[in-house]
Parts: sequence; C-alpha cells; structure tokens
Amino acid sequence: MADLRCNFVGIKSPNPFWLASAPPTDKEYNVRRAFEAGWGGVVWKTLGEDPPIVNVNGPRYGAVHGPDRWLMGLNNIELISDRPLEVNLREIKAVKRDWPDRALVVSLMVPCEEQAWKRILPLVEETGADGIELNFGCPHGMSERGMGSAVGQVPEYVEMVARWCKQNTRMPVIVKLTPNITDIRHPARAAFRGGADAVSLINTINSITGVDLDSFAPEPTIDGKGTHGGYCGPAVKPIALNMVAEIARDEETRGKPISGIGGITTWRDAAEFMALGASSVQVCTAAMTYGFRIVEEMIAGLSDWMDEKGHATLDDIIGKAVPNVTDWQFLNLNHVTKAVIDQDLCIKCGRCYAACEDTSHQAIAMSEDRVFTVKDEECVACNLCVNVCPVEGCITMRTMVPGEVDPRTGAVVSGEYANWTTHPNNPGAGCGTG
Amino acid sequence: MNRWTPGIAPERLSADELAANFSDLHPPLDDHEAFVAAGRCYFCHDAPCTAACPTEIDIPMFIREIFSGRPEAAARTIFARNVMGGMCARVCPTETLCEEACVREMAEGKPVEIGRLQRYATDRLMGRNAHPFTRAAPTGHKVAVVGSGPAGLACAHRLAMAGHDVVIFEAREKPGGLNEYGIAAYKTTEGFAQAEVGWLIGIGGIEIRTGTALGRDVTLDDLLDMFDAVFLGMGLAGVNALGIPGEDLAGVEPAVDFIARIRQAKNLTEVPVGRNVVVVGGGMTAIDAAVQAKLLGAEHATIVYRRGPERMGASEYERELAAARGVSIVTNARPVRILGQDRLEEVVFEYTIETPQGRLEGTGETFHLPADQLFKAIGQKLEGVPGGIEIENGKIRVDAAGRTSRERVWAGGDCVAPGEDLTVTATAQGRDAAESIHSFLTGEG
Repeated sequence: MADLRCNFVGIKSPNPFWLASAPPTDKEYNVRRAFEAGWGGVVWKTLGEDPPIVNVNGPRYGAVHGPDRWLMGLNNIELISDRPLEVNLREIKAVKRDWPDRALVVSLMVPCEEQAWKRILPLVEETGADGIELNFGCPHGMSERGMGSAVGQVPEYVEMVARWCKQNTRMPVIVKLTPNITDIRHPARAAFRGGADAVSLINTINSITGVDLDSFAPEPTIDGKGTHGGYCGPAVKPIALNMVAEIARDEETRGKPISGIGGITTWRDAAEFMALGASSVQVCTAAMTYGFRIVEEMIAGLSDWMDEKGHATLDDIIGKAVPNVTDWQFLNLNHVTKAVIDQDLCIKCGRCYAACEDTSHQAIAMSEDRVFTVKDEECVACNLCVNVCPVEGCITMRTMVPGEVDPRTGAVVSGEYANWTTHPNNPGAGCGTG
Repeated sequence: MNRWTPGIAPERLSADELAANFSDLHPPLDDHEAFVAAGRCYFCHDAPCTAACPTEIDIPMFIREIFSGRPEAAARTIFARNVMGGMCARVCPTETLCEEACVREMAEGKPVEIGRLQRYATDRLMGRNAHPFTRAAPTGHKVAVVGSGPAGLACAHRLAMAGHDVVIFEAREKPGGLNEYGIAAYKTTEGFAQAEVGWLIGIGGIEIRTGTALGRDVTLDDLLDMFDAVFLGMGLAGVNALGIPGEDLAGVEPAVDFIARIRQAKNLTEVPVGRNVVVVGGGMTAIDAAVQAKLLGAEHATIVYRRGPERMGASEYERELAAARGVSIVTNARPVRILGQDRLEEVVFEYTIETPQGRLEGTGETFHLPADQLFKAIGQKLEGVPGGIEIENGKIRVDAAGRTSRERVWAGGDCVAPGEDLTVTATAQGRDAAESIHSFLTGEG
C-alpha cells in the first residue's frame, strides 16, 4: 500500500488532496464534512477585512458543457468570503482543534498595505491554522479594488506582500498565482524572492462562458449585464499543467514547492500535476460538480497506481516528468512515427478520414467497404486522427526504427538525436561554426 | 367484458386495458432525451446510416441540427429527402436499416436512436402543421397518380413542388394506403396517417379523389388522355391463398383485413378477436397481426412459419417484441388442413425441413393447434394491372427511374419489382419517379 502522506512546506496531511480556497471551504459545516469524506486538507475560502464584501444576488456561475451536459468548464463571479472575519476565525479554530491531522490553510486577501497584513496575520495564527495562502489570483471584483490578480499581475507587489507576510508570521506562506499573465515564471520568481515557502496555481482564468442571444448579454447575466469571471474545471487543466511545469523547470524556481490546481477531477489528473512538480494538489470544480465523495476514488486510484508501478511514497513521483519537459528546439527531429489503424478496433466512422482529408495531409485512404488505412508516404504523424477517433487505442503511433526508410521523405531513419539547433534549415545553426 | 369468451368475440379487455395496450410503441423523446441521444452521434464521414437509408436522409446533419437546438431545421433536412419522414420514423425497421449500420452499433451494440430522433424532429415541425417547402411556379403540366400510399404521396409531393398539378386516384375511402390501413395501430397512433396526408398536401397543387379505383372507375387510357403522365402506386391488392382444405371456413381471413379493421375501428372494444389465434407467415404482417391479437386480449396467438427463424421477413427485434407480448413463434411447420364444422376449430400443421438446395419438405409428423381465428400473412399479390404494362415475377417491371414498359407511365412502391414492402422504399421510389417524370415533362430527361 503506497504511502500517500504529504508534507508540503511542513504542513502535513494524510493525503495530497486538498480542497482549494473556494465556495466548498467557505464554512465550518462544509469543511467538517469534507474531512469526514477523507480530504487531506483544505484551504479555507479567502478571508478579508471587515466589513465583509457583498456578493451579487443573481447567478454567480456560468458553465461550458460537453455532450450530455458534462461540465467541462465553470466560471464564477463570486468574491471572497462574505461572512464576518470573526465568524470565520472562530470556525477555523474549532475545526482545526477537532481535525489536527488534516491540513488547514487559510487564504487571505487584504489591501496592499503592510498594516493590513500585520493586523490579520496574528488573528489567523491564533486559530492554530497550518499556514496561509495569499490570494493574488481572483480576476474579478477584488482586482478592481487593487487586490487579487491586480497584485498577482505585478511581480514587485507579489514579492513585497510575500515579504511582509514572512516577516509578520511564523506560518508557512503559500502564494497563489493568477494565470492571467503573460509569463507565469515572473510572479513565481517574485514570490520566492519575497521569501514565500511555496506557490500554488492556477487561480481562475478571465472568461465569459457564453452570450445569451436573445438578450445579447454575456453569461452569467445579472439584470441584463455580465462581467468576466474566473474560469476553472477540466477545460483549464492543460493551461495549469503547463504553468506548473514552467515553474518546476525554471532555473530560478526549480525544486521549489508547488501546490497544483486546475481541473483536477480524477486521481490521474492529480498524478499528472505531481509528475510535473506539484507536491500537493487542490481541487474545487470536481467537488462542486460531484460532491465530496470523489476524494475516495482519488485516494484509491493514486494508491493503486503507485502500487502497480512500485512507487512507495509521493516523493517517488513528484517532479518525475519535469526533466522531460523541454523547449521545442530540443525535440528530436530524427524521431519518425506513423499512424497505424487497428482494423479490429475500428468502427468505421470515418472521422480520421474526414479530418485528414479535409484538414491535414490526405494521408488516410478509404476503401469502398469503409476500410481506413494510413498512407505512410503522406503521413506526417500529426496525431490528429488519433485525437478525433472515438475509440481509444484504435489509432496509435508507431515509431520507425533506425534503418527503415520513411516512405514520405525517402530518407533512412537515423538513430541519431538531432534537433532544430543544428538543423540545416535553421539560419542560426551555422553561426559561430562557419 | 370477458377474457375467456370462446370463439371470436369483442371486448376481451376493458377499454382502459386496450388503450394502454395500443398506446405508442415508442413514446416520443422529450427535449432532454433528444439532446442526450443526439450527443451520441459521431457525425461520421460518408455516414453508413445514410447509405443504409433507402431515401438517403442526411442523418448526421439532422442529428447535429437537433443537437444545436434546431429541431425544425432537422425536420427540413429529413423531409428534403423523405417527405414521409414522419411515418418512417414510426414504422421503419430501423434495426435493419440506419441503426443497424450505425457505427455505435458496432462499437457498443447501442446505435444512436436515429428513428426516435427523426420522430422528435418531424413531430416538432408537423406539430404546428408547418409545411417546409414552397411550390415552384405552375408549369401547366398535369400528372395522375394512382394510389395514395407512400409511393403515390411521395411522387405527388415532389411533382407538386416542381409546379405540376397532380390528381391522386385512391380506391379506398381514405388516403394513405398501407400507412392508413396496413400498419399496426400501436406504431402510428392518434390518426397520424391522415394528419400526415393533410400536412403533405399543404404544398398545394394536389387533389385527392378517394373511392376512385383504377379499372373500376377510371382506366389507364382515360388517365393518359387527360394527363401528361401517370404514376402507378397501387400496391398489392390481392392476398396469397394457402391452398389447403378448409381455407373457406369462417374465421379464416387475410391478416391485412384484420390489421385494417383495427386501424379503422372507432372503438377498440368493438373489434372481435379469437381466444386462440393462429397466424401463418413470417413477415411484418404476421407479427403485426399476432401482436395485435394479443393486445386485443387473445389468450393464445401463435405465428407459424414454414421455414427456419433466420428466413423470416420479420427482424429479430420485431420477433423479440412479439415474444415479449406473449406471441408464440413456431418455425419449420406448414399448415396442411384446416378443421371445423361450421367454422374454424383447429389447424393441422406438418413439420418441415429445408433441403440444402433450399427446397421445403414435409417430415410427415403433424401437430394440431386449436384456433378460433386464422390469419393468412403469406404475402400479397398484384391485382388489376392495366393492359400493356409488362409484369416481371408478379410485379410491374420498371427501370431505375421507375419507367414502366408503357410510354408516359411510371410506377413505384410495393407493386413494382423489386419492392421491399417498406414505407421508406416506396417513398424513395415515388420520389425518384417524380424526378424522372419532371425531367420528361420539362424536356430535360
């Protein structure tokens, strides 16, 4: 049985699955039930200064659905906790007292002034919470008041606030990053320069989920108007994975603790984030879609996979994929693959044919009786057929072995590694040698 | 009301039971169900479902239109190829056509519910009696259509759309042909066949003269004098006989008459049915007769087919449906004698084997089935074909465009060879003949 115990910047939890700072962690009732369900930790929904903020009284969420109303993406215009600070602090203290083995991190957002942070930090510390997470991410409402992503988008502010917090509390400081920025590495570096113990990412992405074509109003719509909200859920996972990887492989921040967030729905998603360098993960949309019980599958799934692969502890998987994330220019251009269609699995829908014929390289042939075959002499191995095929595993990529002749180029496949930096077509490749 | 009344009697079941038994076989999909069902379509390239449809409806496109919230656009896509799309959605043996070809049948054994989606779309448009097509400017040409079944209606509609004036001559009292008289009641409820005719002629330019039979009230020569072209869609008026002793006893009748009687009944409690019913045959007509006999309250309904189950015209799906309603199916047995004093009492069957050459031989072993009622469902035959029209294997010979051997005369539907006895095939033939007639009339053909 794999050991799923997680030690994230000294914050211990029985498993790496935490609920992210969001509506599910807004109050004691929810958090107690989450812990009962098995969640390893929570990041309590963001506390601010009194008087509490107010929320809209209309829809707070918008959604993007796949077939059968599968919730692919969710967006929200909810603000930070709208309950009095004292109530939240009292509940945090009570929960932490009863659940000492679970991670309880408190998310914070106060104005960008040192005094504001100095006021709130001792109050949080007094609850016995394990750490704080600085909400530099929320892209709506709070950012217009100079908080949330308005801070996260300015690396200097990130560094400054992180430093204030480190100077004013003994608790570990996690900086939550906004993805609404050009290069995620800059705020991440700033956070660590400011002394932060870790970063967590991603927060939500600026978004409009749709437009009502009768009222011509963006959704979600409040009295005929709408505003951009924060997008999350399975749809954002690829963006989050890349940002986690960027930080994990950046020279300045390599090896620093990351809490991965963004569309994690199953154990597999979590394992992927961890492989790219996250040492804990945070979940929100999946819980909001299916309820707290999903953590059972996450725990069992991660454990079973680790057992199957012989990974004893989380440290055996964290960051394992980071060395394999590289820049395009270093990809091996001598690596040649060809699509192969498994005729036994093929259901003859012809989507591979339509995709390749209409939009790619005309590399799939279709016979009168609907047998689809790859034309190796045309196939550039783009993978589109694999991606549009409804049957998993029906179309795969075969790696050509060195010595074979690529029918497309007529060239013998080389076993040598060669990338763009040395390619004859690269105008810069010859520099310094010629 | 008495379920156990001997002989042939009405009211074996209560009005409520009958209403429940004869309710819609496949209730329509609601919006949610339709959305989920439509979401399963893969939008296949050169889709096998479309290829399997005799009218070649662009099935992936209409399902995509449903999925994007445009059921009426989906209906237009359907009607553009098959103006009888509403009826076909109800009666097509989709399990042997589009849904059998669906790639998800191969993938998971669960095809996209094409038939029900088609009904969802067509119901939506027909529900507000909206006619999706407009008629071209009148051409002055006149075409006579004999028979108002699916072939005749499809032909008439396409001709009218092109601007020609059409008169349909229908022998029976109501238009619709087998859609009105020949399809099991629970497959087309609430007077749908008549509603469909009314909707279809909404295109304009079509006159229907009922009670006017070819050969009795009007001749082909008359029609050729009065019209520029004639389409024969008269179906098969005759019924094949068993040719065995006792066939003339009371209680023995064609299955199609029983089916028509149920369809035309104002009140199902008035339709008499035997306590023991035997149906001879193996096609859809046999199934429809036997199932409806059970639904009317027959204690036993037995289909007896002379060859093996794999040779039955009724699909496996239909046979399972019949079995689920309590119909027994006996195969490899043929009737040899019908016994009774004043009326049918029992039927003697002989077991058969099929030789490797496909010849049927009796084994000599017999069995008796008690029967108050015997329905013959061993096929219909062509009757009343005007002179000068060539016949081939008992049906009107036509070319690919539906032309008969006689100038200016086209034909389609069950009366032509090869006919598949399907609404959808008849519709395709009527439509294609109309295109050929149109080309002829406008000098383009």
